Amino acid sequence: MSLIKRNVLLSALTAATLIAASTVAQAEMVLHRGNGAEPETMDPQKSTGVIEANIQYEIFEGLTTYSPDGQVVPGMAESWDVSDDGKTYTFHLRDAKWSNGDPVTAADFAYSFQRLVDPAIAADYAAIADPILNAEQIRKGEEKDLSKLGVKAVDDKTFQVTLAKPAPYFLGLIRHNTFLPVHKATVEKFGQDWTKPGNIIGNGAFTMQEWTPQASMTLVKNPNYYDAANVKLEKIVYYPTEDISEEFKRYRAGELHITYEVPSDQIGFIEANLKDEYEAKPYLGTYYYVVNTTREAGAKKELREALALAIDREIIADKVTQGSFLPAYSWVPPGTPDYNTQYVSFKDMPKEARLAKAKELMTAAGYGPDNPLNIEILYNTSENHKKIAIAVQSMWKAIGVNATLNNQEWQVYLDTRDNKQFDVARAAWIGDYADPVTFLDLFLSDAGVRNDAGYNNAEFDKLVKESFNVADPKERMAMLEKSEQIFLADLPIIPILHYKTKHMVSPQVQGWAYNNLDFHLGRYMSVQ
Amino acid sequence: MLHYVMRRLGGAIPTLLIIIAGAFFMMRLAPGGPFARERRVPPEVEANLLKAYHLDEPLWQQFLRYLNGLLHGDFGPSFKYKDFSVADLIFGGFPVSLQLGGMAILLALVIGISLGIWAALRQNTWVDYASMSVSMVGIAVPNFVVAPILTLVIGLQLQLLPVGGWGQPGHYVLPVIALCLPQIAAIARLTRASMIEVLSSNYVRTARAKGLPARLTISRHAIRAAILPVVSYLGPAIANIITGSVVVEQIFSIPGIGRYFVQGSLNRDYTLVMGVTVFYGALVILCNLIADLLYGVLDPKVRYD
Repeated sequence: MSLIKRNVLLSALTAATLIAASTVAQAEMVLHRGNGAEPETMDPQKSTGVIEANIQYEIFEGLTTYSPDGQVVPGMAESWDVSDDGKTYTFHLRDAKWSNGDPVTAADFAYSFQRLVDPAIAADYAAIADPILNAEQIRKGEEKDLSKLGVKAVDDKTFQVTLAKPAPYFLGLIRHNTFLPVHKATVEKFGQDWTKPGNIIGNGAFTMQEWTPQASMTLVKNPNYYDAANVKLEKIVYYPTEDISEEFKRYRAGELHITYEVPSDQIGFIEANLKDEYEAKPYLGTYYYVVNTTREAGAKKELREALALAIDREIIADKVTQGSFLPAYSWVPPGTPDYNTQYVSFKDMPKEARLAKAKELMTAAGYGPDNPLNIEILYNTSENHKKIAIAVQSMWKAIGVNATLNNQEWQVYLDTRDNKQFDVARAAWIGDYADPVTFLDLFLSDAGVRNDAGYNNAEFDKLVKESFNVADPKERMAMLEKSEQIFLADLPIIPILHYKTKHMVSPQVQGWAYNNLDFHLGRYMSVQ
Repeated sequence: MLHYVMRRLGGAIPTLLIIIAGAFFMMRLAPGGPFARERRVPPEVEANLLKAYHLDEPLWQQFLRYLNGLLHGDFGPSFKYKDFSVADLIFGGFPVSLQLGGMAILLALVIGISLGIWAALRQNTWVDYASMSVSMVGIAVPNFVVAPILTLVIGLQLQLLPVGGWGQPGHYVLPVIALCLPQIAAIARLTRASMIEVLSSNYVRTARAKGLPARLTISRHAIRAAILPVVSYLGPAIANIITGSVVVEQIFSIPGIGRYFVQGSLNRDYTLVMGVTVFYGALVILCNLIADLLYGVLDPKVRYD
């Protein structure tokens, strides 16, 4: 054997040993998580969706944050005081560091909150800050001076927020990812590129190591995190799993620990074979049909009631969607904290009686089998929406409604809805925070394009708007409950289903807990 | 030759301009917009957004702005993926698409040509019939059918290979197979047909008559002529592979540019769709040119002056 050959062989052997050694060292704790789609941005202030939030909560931490079961718990703020009028919140920050070692200060929060409402940033979600003093004026461009926003760094560790009106849900609201703090020096240094791996600085339990769009994002544990001692995962890899059935296949092949969704056509199989790994629990969201009250078919309250009565929600929830939704009899979903769920009047009526009443209302309005009411159901392309629309169509047929289906591509559908070119349209709403206002303010008469039912009830408007000025939580909730009663009697929308969070969670995952906002932070989880 | 290349490239400019204008204005005709979502943004916020992306300007001005950007190599920012420019996304995804497409086309050439020659040499035997019926199936079954079947059988039931992702060699196998199957079939059929023709031509008969061994007749004389139609098919084949990868990349979660094409259009991410369209357009024009030049090298009858 020549010397060269032996050297080659030796180095090959060394390489093999090294590789073997590194695989042993690599037996670190990694969580692989499906996340639905490619995140649109990692810049908290520019974000809109849940997909972005899931990752941002790992990289950043707000003043308050989520416990495993979804409670409001201290985050960067160790404690806080609320003034008697409910308008001033003073947060006392803990000694925490950014991932580069800089201290997290009150100025960081002031900067980030101002950034959210700055028209130059053009944040989609800027309106979420409206309860803060002058936020609305600044984002509308009526007030040019950003420093007029009701936020103040009293000292390095004291951050004060002044509200325009009391908002008892404020501590929950500021958990929204648009309120997460950003590192000013980094944002200013890198501009558009500040969220790229290598640039991004966070204050959360993890930092970004790698981001390949459309493939994956890898987060690694942040040693500078204040609670790093209790963070067990070394790495989390998030995958944009656009295609639900492919995601499920990857889960079954052991490539994912947690899925973002569960394909509803597989639920039969899952119930039979993977029941213990299937997590389906109530979520703060409502699937509904919005009725265009500016059109003939939707203008009469009696007709809307008849339409609502005729829908058999149990059949849709259990049979059509295979139990992946819950039947809905309210607009604000059950499980909203401190709020007594309000229901439509016919919730406890037997099915036959509901049908009889619906027919009666139809006849009274001059419609019936000989003179059917023609309605078009608008929905966007999706197997589930289609199945539900077909079921509703047949249920309405029983009371003399001749419904036609109109399927449109997502963007076309949004356009049609915005222009109110529909009779009845499929719609859905997921709460931004756990408070009834996130549902009810959608249908204020001056809510603009968001109120696509064209609903206009002065009494409803008055109750919701007055509740904005009430500091007493109990009194406030009572007003909101009353407003929903009015809303559910008018039925500008027909609640059909409430959402469930649906995930496959591998038995290897520890520390996963249910919460109805569906945020599950990696800092609480581990993999066996 | 150089003159010919210059002329072809010059001719590509109006073609590209038409592609750009067509894509630009058709995209804008579609209802909806990059910032439309079920959770509607307040009007002031929408105005801020439109202003930030120059969408408040008249359409012709936006078009000129876009063309001007292109001339300076700027594809603009992505409306949907706010942390990236379109160039970031395209040049980040293209190496992956190229790797996938390159492997698929190489494999298709090697297998397709071998299969075609084999079938031609055993004309009208079971080998011929079997390989040609299999390739008929290959052409008829689209890759959006083949791909899920492959993941189901090989990925899930047999658990031999990963069902999605990119990076390790194991990830390449299934998508490359799904992508190259129809091409193998097409190339095999082309090769077989032209090989049969060449085998019965005068010069091959002469070579045989002079006593040249069959192996040499085929390898030295027949194959070179027989693969000419395959070369001219390469241009469209590469275009097919690229468009085919749109589906395959989606199914196997591969971070190539094919997915941006689909998602960009669904999201009305104007600049992203434009960027991918321009890029694809330029690529197809370039591939056709290369195929034509290659043709000149292989076929002494073709000269480019």
